Amino acid sequence: MTSELLNVQGLKTQFNTPEGVVHAVNGVDFKLNEGETLGIVGESGCGKSVSMLSILRLIQQPPGKIVAGKAMFKGKDLLQMTNDEIRHVRGGQISMIFQDPMTSLNPVMTIGKQLAEPLMLHLGFTQEQARARSIELLEQVGIPRAGDRLKDYPHQYSGGMRQRVMIAMALSCAPQIVIADEPTTALDVTIQAQIVDLVIRLREEVGMAIIWITHDLGVVASIAHRVNVMYGGFVIEEALIDELYRRPSHPYTIGLLGSLPQVQTVGRKRLYSIDGMPPMLYKEPHSCPFAPRCKWVIEKCRMENPPLLPIEEGHRVACWVNIEDGSVRDAE
Amino acid sequence: MQNNDETLIRVEDLKVHFPIYRGVIRRQVGSVKAVDGVSFEIHKGETLGLVGESGCGKTTTGRAIVQLYKPTAGHIFFQDTDLVSLKEEPMRLMRQKIQMIFQDPYASLNPRMTVRDIVAEPLVAFGLETGKQIDDRVKELMHLVRLDPDFIYRFPHEFSGGQRQRIGIARALSLNPDFIVCDEPISALDVSIQAQIVNLFEDLQKELNLTYLFIAHDLSMVRHISDRVAVMYLGIIVELADRNEIYENPLHPYTKALLSAIPVPDPEHYRKNTRIIMEGDVPSPVNPPSGCRFRTRCPLADQECEKGRPEFREIKPGHFVECFKAELPTRSKEVLTEEKSL
Repeated sequence: MTSELLNVQGLKTQFNTPEGVVHAVNGVDFKLNEGETLGIVGESGCGKSVSMLSILRLIQQPPGKIVAGKAMFKGKDLLQMTNDEIRHVRGGQISMIFQDPMTSLNPVMTIGKQLAEPLMLHLGFTQEQARARSIELLEQVGIPRAGDRLKDYPHQYSGGMRQRVMIAMALSCAPQIVIADEPTTALDVTIQAQIVDLVIRLREEVGMAIIWITHDLGVVASIAHRVNVMYGGFVIEEALIDELYRRPSHPYTIGLLGSLPQVQTVGRKRLYSIDGMPPMLYKEPHSCPFAPRCKWVIEKCRMENPPLLPIEEGHRVACWVNIEDGSVRDAE
Repeated sequence: MQNNDETLIRVEDLKVHFPIYRGVIRRQVGSVKAVDGVSFEIHKGETLGLVGESGCGKTTTGRAIVQLYKPTAGHIFFQDTDLVSLKEEPMRLMRQKIQMIFQDPYASLNPRMTVRDIVAEPLVAFGLETGKQIDDRVKELMHLVRLDPDFIYRFPHEFSGGQRQRIGIARALSLNPDFIVCDEPISALDVSIQAQIVNLFEDLQKELNLTYLFIAHDLSMVRHISDRVAVMYLGIIVELADRNEIYENPLHPYTKALLSAIPVPDPEHYRKNTRIIMEGDVPSPVNPPSGCRFRTRCPLADQECEKGRPEFREIKPGHFVECFKAELPTRSKEVLTEEKSL
């Protein structure tokens, strides 16, 4: 039943900066099935946003450059499409929700106009049709008095409502994939809960596939079916949601989960902290990017970067050391 | 970590209103009631967590305690001195004892000053040390916050976010303060770095017997670091209790909703529990709802809640709540959600 919608292989993106070449994404593979929600988790600078922007070719070139890779969407490679073709995909078949709803909405354009734009462009709606559909969309994302509020400008909406507008806009052309780039990071917890709840409801109604980028392992637990953990421009662990939290297998994932205080725990124990800092990405990586911060590091980690190795059905980890028993994994 | 019950800070009915001016002659047409009557005490050696959503007045409260804002009304006692009535010079001297750490480690350090000058500035301002002694003290402080003292002549841009926050902490510690207001000190940092800084706060508290007011919106981190927790909503404290009491036995409907909204890193949790999803947004602090401030979003609100502001009552020893309905048998989360969806 589940058919493959998007297949990304060997994606590499680099940026030329005055300080040198930044290796932001260093060979990322992932698949997305129809109707599935894939969580992409990582800290700032791990390449999670850049890899998604690369797929939609939203990286400014130069200074950015997609060096290698394929992104197959319905039999066509997004990275090889002409500008005209990719414009039809963007916003139409694959749409995006950005982190900061204040800076990604146009402040001098009414909400109604901004909502109508993709409808008229991608679906060829007339102004009348677009207006009617816009009202429907705003109602769908839970904005009261939708008809009146079309005339409003973004500053007249609260942060949570602006993010609802962004979601309405992303869903307006019935896309097959919605890429949500930290859509709740700028919001308060109670509003975040509202938005997550809304997206789960819309997912059931509309049935789109979602790529949910976040740094919050709590949020991703509430929404994703499958998770990719990224570090230093690589996917370092990939697992189904329950599997990841039950059996985190990369030292970084383990550290990340350990560094979160558990709201349920009664006692006060010292937080587990990962020493050091995320890597600077100026050098072409030839060793494991996490090796300098890793407790389990062995000589092999500094010589060779581990590929994603399967440890169970649907669970792959890029680590030479099997942390459960201390054995060393082989590439084969 | 409550060593004793000696009160260090006592805030009494603190109000901070910001005037709104309109028109050509800048007539005052109203005011933003950022903090509208809060009272609490902080004991020596403890950490009081102050949580709430953006715009609830938690930062304003913190800043008013350090006297960065002049309170509209109320008193702030440090030991036995009322900071509000202090004249400029005695207040300046008092600031040695009360320090602040800011949220944004990128904006709160002067980019043109070296670490030495940043950390030494309070020492120079109070004329405490000179020349070589300053360098020694700065190195000692850098060591204390686990920064390499060799970096003493570097500039802020050469450091990562976590390291910059350590510089801000070193600056706050330079005068040996008794009390530090920590205004969201970790929310701008990455998850793996947050844990490092929180551990540092806890170590320093033990080593130097510090008292913290820890302002944050991350409720799980607040539970981790605080001894007692106060929850703010629209300029008032709605509930205050020991940390385990407030997380396990919340009485105010807002606290319950806030706790249920915390993202939990466990997929199982979401299958077992129904979340309370609060509707709508926080009303404007220019014109807060009459009566109970939370009534416009509260699932339990009725006519009683419109009448007047509920009293901030001590329901159990040490557990304060401002709600008419707190004494009613607590309804379970499931019941609340069901009623809400009807």
